[in-house]
Amino acid sequence: MDGVELLIGTAVLALGTFAFRFAGPVLRSRVKLSPRAERLMALAAVVLLAALVAVSALTEGHGFAGFARPAGVLVAGVLAWRKAPFVLVVVAAAATAALLRLAGVP
Amino acid sequence: MRSIWRTLDRGLARDIGLVCVADCLVGVSYGAIAVSSGFPLWLPMLMSLLVFAGASQFMFIGIVAAGGNPFAAVLAGLLANARHLPFGFAVGDVVGQRWTRLFGSHLMSDETVAFAMAQDEAHRRRAAYWACGVGIFVCWNAGVLAGAFAGSAIKDTDVFGLDAAFPAVLLALVLPSLRDQAARLPVLVGVLVALAATPFLPAGLPVLLALAGVVVGIAAKEPELQEAR
Repeated sequence: MDGVELLIGTAVLALGTFAFRFAGPVLRSRVKLSPRAERLMALAAVVLLAALVAVSALTEGHGFAGFARPAGVLVAGVLAWRKAPFVLVVVAAAATAALLRLAGVP
Repeated sequence: MRSIWRTLDRGLARDIGLVCVADCLVGVSYGAIAVSSGFPLWLPMLMSLLVFAGASQFMFIGIVAAGGNPFAAVLAGLLANARHLPFGFAVGDVVGQRWTRLFGSHLMSDETVAFAMAQDEAHRRRAAYWACGVGIFVCWNAGVLAGAFAGSAIKDTDVFGLDAAFPAVLLALVLPSLRDQAARLPVLVGVLVALAATPFLPAGLPVLLALAGVVVGIAAKEPELQEAR
């Protein structure tokens, strides 16, 4: 692998990612948003995060992630819904997935 | 900066700390995987400092290590990170002004956005964003550094179930927003669209397509608004 190629790749990925991150706050400060538009932006973020939860819980690459991971996330979801402490929610998710894998569940 | 630490109550600080520890361990695995895939030591460290977006970094080294074109690897990484654009609109009020905005924007990640969105008061949103952002930035980079040097000690964090911890964190932070009835239909549509698209489209794009849910939300809401008038 060519070091220069990797360096250029890193630089382009870094600049592009920063541009995505920077554009929102800058555009937002230039344009006065109506309260309705503000609500829509917040809704968009919630929808994106929820989709990210679903995709990262259920899929790996283009296929199904196996049962251990979604089971862990499901346990976390029930605990969070019952208003369990955040620490318990996260540790329970990891522990469930780890134990299931230890037991041979993919 | 000092007011941020004062605003953080102990519970929120502990929750953020937990996420930082989890991200640190994922960073260890990233550094170890990158180096044991044959990349030079500096690559995972430089990338974690400058790109600072875990999923796209894993994607980049995965594609290049498999013999893929670096150009394709960059493109895939950028696609995965495009969601930061709408995130920036949602939390743009907390990332700071002028110079601090440069750094504040760089700290943007799924976790920082989710933590900020989960707070209802403006000063708590700001405090959560910055504490989580700085914390994850430090822990992620420290983890990658350790992993790159330690090599293959911890290669697969899936053994510890950390791959389940990441969506669990986001889920716990996003659940309160779903109590808002107006958010449910858009979220449901968005999730279904993203899941349906995942087998067919490159990583990153399905999550962006979830924004279709917002469009459905607007369309469903519009008649009600007119009736109200």
